[in-house]
Amino acid sequence: MPRREDIKSILVLGSGPIVIGQACEFDYSGTQACRVLRQEGYRVILANSNPATIMTDPDFADRTYIEPLTPEFIEKIIEREKPDAVLPTLGGQTALNLAMTLFERGKVGVPGTPELIGANALAINTAEDRGKFKEAMIEIGLSVPRSGIAHTAEQADEILKEIKLPVIIRPAYILGGKGTGIANTLEEFNTVVANGLAASPISEILIETSIVGWKEYELEVMRDKNDNCVVICSIENIDAMGVHTGDSMTVAPAMTLSDIEYQKMRNAAFACIRRVGVETGGSNVQFAVNPINGDQVVIEMNPRVSRSSALASKATGFPIAKIAAKLAVGYTLDEISNDITKMTPASFEPTIDYVVTKIPRWAFEKFPGTSGVLGTQMQSVGEAMAIGRTFTESLQKALRSLEIGRLGLNCDPGEEIFNDSSDAQLLDKIAIPTPDRIFEIGECLRRKISIEEIAKFCKFDTWFLDQMLSIIEEREYLESQSLEELSVSDWKRVKRLGFSDTQLGYLFKRTEHDVRATRLKRGVRPTYKAVDTCSAEFAAQTPYHYSTYEDESELHSSTKQSVIILGSGPNRIGQGIEFDYCCVHASFALRDAGFQTIMLNCNPETVSTDYDTSDKLYFEPLTYEDVMNVIEAEQLISGSNPRIIVGLGGQTPLKLATQLPKELIAGTTSESIDIAEDREKWSALCVSLNILQPPGGTARDVEQAVEIANKIGYPVLVRPSYVLGGRAMQIVHDETHLRKAMQEMSTAGSLGREGGLSAQRPVLIDRFLEDATEVDVDAIRDSTGEVLIGGVMEHVEQAGVHSGDSACTIPPVSLSNAMVLEIEDTVKKISEALKVVGLINVQFAIADKTVYVIEANPRASRTVPFVAKATGVPLAKVASRVMLGSTLEQLRSEGLLKKPVSGSHVSVKEAVLPFNRFADVDTALGPEMRSTGEVMGIDDSFARAFAKSQFAAGTTLPESGLVFVSLNDRDKLGGVDVVKGLTSLGLKIVATVGTADFLKSHGCEVSRVVGKFSERKSGSNTGDDAVKLIESGDIALVINTPRGYGTRNDGEAIRKAANTCRVSVVTTLSAATAAVQGMIEQRNRPFTVMSLQEFHAR
Amino acid sequence: MTQISKTKIKPALLVLNDGSVFEGEAIGAGSSEISEPVISKGEVVFHTGLSGYQEIITDPSYAGQIITFTTPHIGNYGTTNLDNEASKVFARGVIVRELARRRSNWRSDDSLDSFLKQNNLAGIAGIDTRRLTRLLRDSGSMPGAFGTASQEELAKVAKSEKGTAGKDLVAQVTTTKSYIYGSGKFTVVAYDFGIKTTMLKCLAEFATVHVVPASTTAEQVTALSPNGIFLSNGPGDPEMVYDAPATIRELLGTGVPLFGICLGHQLLALALGGKTYKLPFGHHGANHPVRNIATKSVEITSQNHNFCVDADSLATKADVTHINLNDNTNEGLRVRGANAFSVQYHPEAGPGPHDSRYLFSQFVEMMDRK
Repeated sequence: MPRREDIKSILVLGSGPIVIGQACEFDYSGTQACRVLRQEGYRVILANSNPATIMTDPDFADRTYIEPLTPEFIEKIIEREKPDAVLPTLGGQTALNLAMTLFERGKVGVPGTPELIGANALAINTAEDRGKFKEAMIEIGLSVPRSGIAHTAEQADEILKEIKLPVIIRPAYILGGKGTGIANTLEEFNTVVANGLAASPISEILIETSIVGWKEYELEVMRDKNDNCVVICSIENIDAMGVHTGDSMTVAPAMTLSDIEYQKMRNAAFACIRRVGVETGGSNVQFAVNPINGDQVVIEMNPRVSRSSALASKATGFPIAKIAAKLAVGYTLDEISNDITKMTPASFEPTIDYVVTKIPRWAFEKFPGTSGVLGTQMQSVGEAMAIGRTFTESLQKALRSLEIGRLGLNCDPGEEIFNDSSDAQLLDKIAIPTPDRIFEIGECLRRKISIEEIAKFCKFDTWFLDQMLSIIEEREYLESQSLEELSVSDWKRVKRLGFSDTQLGYLFKRTEHDVRATRLKRGVRPTYKAVDTCSAEFAAQTPYHYSTYEDESELHSSTKQSVIILGSGPNRIGQGIEFDYCCVHASFALRDAGFQTIMLNCNPETVSTDYDTSDKLYFEPLTYEDVMNVIEAEQLISGSNPRIIVGLGGQTPLKLATQLPKELIAGTTSESIDIAEDREKWSALCVSLNILQPPGGTARDVEQAVEIANKIGYPVLVRPSYVLGGRAMQIVHDETHLRKAMQEMSTAGSLGREGGLSAQRPVLIDRFLEDATEVDVDAIRDSTGEVLIGGVMEHVEQAGVHSGDSACTIPPVSLSNAMVLEIEDTVKKISEALKVVGLINVQFAIADKTVYVIEANPRASRTVPFVAKATGVPLAKVASRVMLGSTLEQLRSEGLLKKPVSGSHVSVKEAVLPFNRFADVDTALGPEMRSTGEVMGIDDSFARAFAKSQFAAGTTLPESGLVFVSLNDRDKLGGVDVVKGLTSLGLKIVATVGTADFLKSHGCEVSRVVGKFSERKSGSNTGDDAVKLIESGDIALVINTPRGYGTRNDGEAIRKAANTCRVSVVTTLSAATAAVQGMIEQRNRPFTVMSLQEFHAR
Repeated sequence: MTQISKTKIKPALLVLNDGSVFEGEAIGAGSSEISEPVISKGEVVFHTGLSGYQEIITDPSYAGQIITFTTPHIGNYGTTNLDNEASKVFARGVIVRELARRRSNWRSDDSLDSFLKQNNLAGIAGIDTRRLTRLLRDSGSMPGAFGTASQEELAKVAKSEKGTAGKDLVAQVTTTKSYIYGSGKFTVVAYDFGIKTTMLKCLAEFATVHVVPASTTAEQVTALSPNGIFLSNGPGDPEMVYDAPATIRELLGTGVPLFGICLGHQLLALALGGKTYKLPFGHHGANHPVRNIATKSVEITSQNHNFCVDADSLATKADVTHINLNDNTNEGLRVRGANAFSVQYHPEAGPGPHDSRYLFSQFVEMMDRK
């Protein structure tokens, strides 16, 4: 029986902002779901607060609500739209938790309310409640680790009497393992229990016998309403139990399980999904296996699609989310056809004839104070996946896909840091899981430390270690050869082990160019195989390819003009889903315009790497070698030149632009890109155009930096060139700190490892404009010179906070029309001078009514999707067409380019920061970007839109209670209005002596004065202080503006305490002002919801 | 544990009947440095399962065939005597992309390379198995030869090698003497056309199994007064197992419950007067969806066969119980007016999914009712 006819409209819940543990995999799954449900003729209503997603594009749903994902707002959407059903299993833990809350409130899943499809409340509860889940598993005869449930520290102590240390502690209802930890000692036990109880929204933790060191597996399972179950993919973790699976290197399919063991696991996974009661859809079941005797235990199950199911979909070609959506509306697996073969049904188990390796990417360098040690709580911000015919090939491809400066499994300059370590030191290091461990293990192997010895320390399965050893042994062989002497069979063997040309260049002390030329002379080129779900048993219709060095290639040609779109690689802070949005939109627009679109990317979480987003997909690393190989393969197969888009995937493709054939690059030329990136050329251009810049200069060493700073005056903004997201960017107020900042960028600092300071990578020193307002503009220029201003965004936080971390608004709220016109005019002048064809983003700072240009980037910016949602103009689509030669005029007549909607609503973008993952980090915002995601609020005024953005970002704006206020001197005067606003709303103010005195003298009411935290530490204050009040739960909101240097200690302690105790903190006066306006609005008139389609139609 | 270093690699070639050549290196029997050039020949087929290489290699149904594994890494978890499907290997060779240098699994007691050597089975590694699979998919299973001999010699052998059609391979693999396996409530006579150990294990859960040679007559069977008769899997062309259909026809007349798997299924169909035909490249894998027509549910099945029952030829004699959802070929039948049923796929698995083990319970129910 096909689809359900009793349902007409479905509310799909998205996953909100990108956070650690919940990234663009849910945009991928949600986009698939929305597309397929609409194809099936359902009315789709989507709720998601994240404007950077593809799913929130108004084309993907009948009604798109970019509203906060809180129960209150979802209830309003349900009231307004009256959907027949709610689908909560494709929006990650956020959607699932939301569904549970709505169920508890009687708003879904009970008679008279929308039905929960995909998974019902009972199933969600059985899977998510650790106690119930364990009971259920024991009931069906599956083994689980010995454990107990605690709601208090006392209960935890009781459980510890039954179970011996070491134990693992997992909070209930959390995502990405937040608050999870391992305790080996009683002291650790107490800490982890406290953290776990705090992390769980229901204060519940599971204390479990530790099975650290066991092998870890995951099975991706699907079930339909006829109880047909299939395993889509098995995944084996290379890192043993103890490292969160999101932080583990993983391989698909499982490599070291015999069929007997695998079938046992498969049977257990089916028993699990059936017992939990997931009626339809995908689930992920995790197992641990004792390597000594094969004992299997069930660890957990996710009754929804997950990060792993996105990985499994990309690894096999089987679209789990799409199928899950169809199953949710009543189809059975055998009624759905396999998209890839077209001739066989979806009721089968994919089998693959290649190996997939996934490696996470972390951002510890952005969070000083974190240990960088991996554990049961996920900390990575992105991941790269690679496909090879063998594990070795896929491992090395995945390592170079990460873009962390490593070329593969060592054999690169990065390995030289091991020179100073003894064997014993290295072995000690590999006992601790860190992002560098894989490279350390490679070095141990090179030193001929035995596999058994290495396994003892790192707990990797010896099969994986032996595979890695084969890479190391090949390296030894290569070191005895010369580049020119390598035979064709040598080349083939080396390439089949995944070696990159750059690694060979390092080993032979030759340039990559030499290596490539020598290889091509030998006729050694990659072949491209297809991902087909069936190991070639049936002919694949879908051109999803990966490179490998084999006999036969399977590429097909097309008569259409090809466009290769270079994606943005693994997510990282500063380069994430926004760029995937741009690439995907380009692909859609160009496909519609008759081009053959070809996507090249290595991020398994994304929509861009879905096999039907583009006409052709290459799942490949974004390195010169791999990109050139694809370009040449396309030239060979079609006999014509493809065009290449480098301007939509962020820094990753842009950095490659100069090396790629110039004539193939679509849009803005690499020369223009270079002018904008090169400080001296850029300054000269500004001078010639009469555009003001803050005074500054370029320093290649510390002394030059000091000299420049002395000339222009402090404070100065220090930023390395060619970095992303304000990496290592700092504002310094004196020479001491300038020298320290420069040190960080030299080889000794963390940035040093990413390339360091050199004539090629100088540091930019600019006068920092204090209290300046920052403005961002996205624009498109076409080849006729017409410039379209996409949006002018005014930042809420003042200059000095990285643009990616600050809130911004369209339209601007405090700029005069004349100033906006001046800004727009400057953008036009710059676009013209740079001969931009495509997108450009220009950043401005306005100080004392003077407009300064900070920088211009002739490429897609992070704000493109936000601007598109705010104005209704599909900027990325328009830009991609312009890059391929269309004029804005043509696109207007085609109907693609519409007039922007404006005037009747305000859109605010707010950043979402991952501080709850990093307890020991200062939450004050600065010039280094640290946000992982963003949310958007839309309403009819700035204050209301801002308030919505705060709700969406998870900031609570309390209606009563105590607000702790501590302001730096600059902000004190401006703070008076904030405080008056708060007290008028009935909130009570607590402040430290200095702030309190100032506020009182300006007519503010201060209810309570507390001492300084630093005085408590020194013993001079035994009374209350802010930290104490926060810790005791008395504070509802903290407003704390940092002071720069000096008396930072108190503020830092306050912010950390608030972070730990989950009290919202506002760290800038401008945000505080906006927040108070929002709170007043909230009091005056209840919030309403409205869809993007309606906003755009107004 | 086995280490194959570059210096010891022995280049080898695979040549197919159509002249296609694949370069690789020798593994298993005949791969050591001192070995004389060897040639292995047979019908080249591919198996798409992800695990279970040892069970596949030791499955007597592969008699006369060279097995290509589409899964690139083979040998990772070594071998163990526990996983043998027969005491002897009847396959003619194995083709892999990558043979594990090191095995890792608590169950294993030997490496695959050593296992191959002990069983005197040659293999070839380093092959673009995907190219080979695509070729076999498009052209059908075909004879081939591989080894360390010259390309000319291999080509000559490949050219002259015949496929499995028209050969009585069962005679080569069936037991020469009857024997008893396990002890259970029922007495089951199991025809060994190339029976797999996992099948015996499944039967032994409820029966004392009298395993008998393929040539056993109906009288010999009834003399054992069985509660049930089991027709095993086996290699090759069912039409070449001369006496079996007639014997089965006779046994159907006794009313003793009868259950057949794979070749047993085909022989039952022939006994009913049905026809079989050769599939282009067969079904060899562990992921084939089969619909149980009665329950409408889908079973993911383990499959290993080149020949297939023509469902239309059974017309009034039997009902189709299962069909393959990939190509709609017949997967199961139930004889009208008799206690007999059979399936084309492998409910015992070994290797493969256990979704269809209920069929053994169905057999038990049939015997219970009798």
